[in-house]
Amino acid sequence: MIATAIAFYLFAAITVASGFMVIAARNPVHSVLFLILAFFNAAALFVLMGAEFLALILVIVYVGAVAVLFLFVVMMLDVDFSELREGFLQYLPVGALVGIILLIELLLVLGSWLISPEAVGVAAAPTPAIADVDNTRALGRIVYTQYVYLFQAAGMILLVAMIGAIVLTLRHKPNVKRQVIRDQVARTREQAVENRKVEPGQGL
Amino acid sequence: MAIGLAHYLTVAAILFTLGIFGIFLNRKNVIVILMSIELMLLAVNINLVAFSSHLGDLVGQVFALFVLTVAAGEAAIGLAILVIYYRNRGSIAVEDINMMKG
Repeated sequence: MIATAIAFYLFAAITVASGFMVIAARNPVHSVLFLILAFFNAAALFVLMGAEFLALILVIVYVGAVAVLFLFVVMMLDVDFSELREGFLQYLPVGALVGIILLIELLLVLGSWLISPEAVGVAAAPTPAIADVDNTRALGRIVYTQYVYLFQAAGMILLVAMIGAIVLTLRHKPNVKRQVIRDQVARTREQAVENRKVEPGQGL
Repeated sequence: MAIGLAHYLTVAAILFTLGIFGIFLNRKNVIVILMSIELMLLAVNINLVAFSSHLGDLVGQVFALFVLTVAAGEAAIGLAILVIYYRNRGSIAVEDINMMKG
């Protein structure tokens, strides 16, 4: 029990601290690296909550794909980031005001809610005991049956995102030589080879 | 003391607030704004999983899975738009994005 508490406070503290560093870091590359740290610790929190599959998906999808994508873009764009940080302190008061108001609201909600006693009984898909079915298998059992249409829709969204990103960023430079198979195949011998009569001792 | 639902909700609330704060703080830098949005989505996911594990209902985790999917797609499209914007204008400052203003 005490080990769980220690682990929770450790992971939660690192998550919040690195989340703060994401928005406060001077260099965007550092921001991305702190984002990765935040995702790792959030994955650890997921493990503590018993959602192992989502924790590993978080590591694979976020750390492996999204964060690396961010890192690529940050390094690819040759931007003067110090210029973008002008007015940082100017926006600080209004940002702090909005942030504090929102935090107070969220904490008020947190302090006053209570879960209806019937809520436990109306679970749409009760979690099976971890001794019977592990988390991944239990999730698979409802994702592939009850929620299969949503699952397909999620795949569709990813497909649209992939095609959209490719279409947006693809460009053809006009003066780059490319292999045109059609032209190569259509070439005749007359176009390719020329017989020249070479006089001895003169060359071409 | 036992770690309950409220602890996780507090962490998620703080993360969400940090995301909002980051959008206001880095108003010129689109990349950090996108990262702040990712932080907010992470906070939402923590909320969903916390309630799922507290109520013993697996559907919360299914929903978190879909939120994750949408977040990945959103990041990909957003960064692609950012790259072509930089290619055309040579800057990523938010206040330069005013070409569609009448």
